[in-house]
Amino acid sequence: MELICCGPHEWCDTMKVTWATKHNSYSFFLSSRERSRDRHKTRSKDSRSEKSVTINTPPAEPLLGDSSVRGEQVQDDNWGETTTAVTGTSEHSLSQEDIVRITKDLEDSVGLDCRRYVTRAIAVILGLLVFFTPLAFLVLPHILWPEKLQSCGTACEGLFISVAFKLLILLLAVWALFFRPARASLPRVFVFRILLAVLVFLFVVSYWLFYSVRILDAQDENYQGIVQYAVSLVDALLFIHYLAVVLLELRQLQPCFSVCVMRSTDGETRHYNLGQLSIQRAALAIIEHYYCDFPIHNPALLSASKSRAAKHLAGLKVYNVDGPGNNAAAGIAQSQSRAMIAAAARRRDTSHNELYYEEAEHERRVRKRRARLVVAVEEAFTHIKRMQEEEPKKAPGDVMDPREAAQAIFPSMARALQKYLRTTKQQHCHSMESIQQHLAFCITNNMTPKAFLESYLMPGPTLQYGKDHWLGHRWTLISEVSVTSGLKDGSVFLLKCVDFSLVVTSKKIPYIQMSEEYIDPKSHKFVLRLQSETSV
Amino acid sequence: MSFVPGQPVTAVVQRIEIQKLRQGENLILGFSIGGGIDQDPGQNPFSEDKSDKGIYVTRITPGGPAEVAGLRMGDKIMQVNGWDMTMVTHDQARKKLTNKREDVVRLLITRRSLEEAVKQSKGSHPRQ
Repeated sequence: MELICCGPHEWCDTMKVTWATKHNSYSFFLSSRERSRDRHKTRSKDSRSEKSVTINTPPAEPLLGDSSVRGEQVQDDNWGETTTAVTGTSEHSLSQEDIVRITKDLEDSVGLDCRRYVTRAIAVILGLLVFFTPLAFLVLPHILWPEKLQSCGTACEGLFISVAFKLLILLLAVWALFFRPARASLPRVFVFRILLAVLVFLFVVSYWLFYSVRILDAQDENYQGIVQYAVSLVDALLFIHYLAVVLLELRQLQPCFSVCVMRSTDGETRHYNLGQLSIQRAALAIIEHYYCDFPIHNPALLSASKSRAAKHLAGLKVYNVDGPGNNAAAGIAQSQSRAMIAAAARRRDTSHNELYYEEAEHERRVRKRRARLVVAVEEAFTHIKRMQEEEPKKAPGDVMDPREAAQAIFPSMARALQKYLRTTKQQHCHSMESIQQHLAFCITNNMTPKAFLESYLMPGPTLQYGKDHWLGHRWTLISEVSVTSGLKDGSVFLLKCVDFSLVVTSKKIPYIQMSEEYIDPKSHKFVLRLQSETSV
Repeated sequence: MSFVPGQPVTAVVQRIEIQKLRQGENLILGFSIGGGIDQDPGQNPFSEDKSDKGIYVTRITPGGPAEVAGLRMGDKIMQVNGWDMTMVTHDQARKKLTNKREDVVRLLITRRSLEEAVKQSKGSHPRQ
């Protein structure tokens, strides 16, 4: 059984860092230890850069150096800011992420292992407890009061077989449901698993209580009753397992919400149907779909729009002719931006013309290169053919395995392929090694040149490319509500990766009202359309 | 009686004035019409050109006001009280004929025999 729990280390993180910052800031005022001051400086810098939304930066560091001589009454901006950043509520995953990032160098690797180790340990203990309890129930009377015990009759021995097989089924079922490789590590606990674990634990404990009070203390002689008690325990455990299957696997199968996933950099959108899931499980499902469905994120394609935006901003310069000190700082900034917008609206901008012609030209170039590429590849593929068994044996130098065959025909198409990839800005996605490997693969499986080219002409899903494109992906779930709460109509959350983020909005699938209408097959009758005649 | 699209339609017409007969609360004219731009012109037995979607008289009640006024079966109605009947739907034609506020309808109708009569008279009396 795999549990993902918010282990004790997260809480102790919060406390440790709070203590550390407070300690450092106190030591700041009282002594002048270089080391702690530097560490404090870098930490506060981190928190400031992550939290800052205002344009005005707080006053510079040297203030702190001066104030170390004075007492605590001096208002130190950085001290106040650091404390509030760290002791913020740890309810939201965002602030927790801040904490983790601040103490990244210390706790990162240790924390993750600690969590997994703890969950595995709990799962194993619970499993052993559950498995050996019925056996203990059956064996203990024989050990503790064997002479008082009634002998086991036929019905009783039949129950032994039942206990054995039910335990076997329970073992297989638990193995099938819980002993699967972990798909992901989610930020919060999996609520249903916790609930089930608690339920099982309470259940077993209550059975033990009853057993110890009524049977062990009283030293009951009716062995058949004890065996039936053990059988009832195993039955109830099987039912709890059924509950686990329903809660963990079946409940989210019925689609309830339609989520729209949009990539922030280029607007690629997909829609998926999900069932009733918590936000973090929905995010996990969406990420798994992302790897299959979304074409790979290509930062080279975004440079054109960025350069256009830069040209817009660079075109205007605003000068303040009234002289400084007339208005407040905010007033100046506002009037400046208004002036820029007004001037931009009035200016006759021909950048749309440039864009149109540039795009038409690019389209033409891509098509020309593509035509050359297709011809080159088709020609290259005609140079080799599969050797038939009946042919007279050729010299060993002539017979090639797929890799050598690929290397032999690759140079004739390499230039056209490279030019095409450069034009479509895909050249960083494919290395020469990967292209040759793919070519060998296609040759082995008797694919046509068109099949070989398909992975280069269109950008494919992320998993299609080499591991370095997706192996380092760490996803951050950014949400305004708690991530263990369920999906609701209109809930929005973000999945942030290093280069881009996925914006997810969910809508409830409407209630479908369907009615039936019966058509008698004999009612399909037709007549010729005559001229209608009306008498007046 | 065929027409060329875009060119004005020319035809030899006869004016017929029918007095509506009151039967109970209805005013009847005593004939039936067929045709219209929403009908199938190929089924019209009276039209010369099978793509003609005009309104034709398909039946005359014997002794009714239409027969008395001189309407014959197979006539094509060109105008009713000034309203054009060459490009109307069947229902629009019916409405123009059965207006409850009018008790007389003045029709302009055309038939093949009129054309031929005019041709004959032209032929026998050529213009100088």
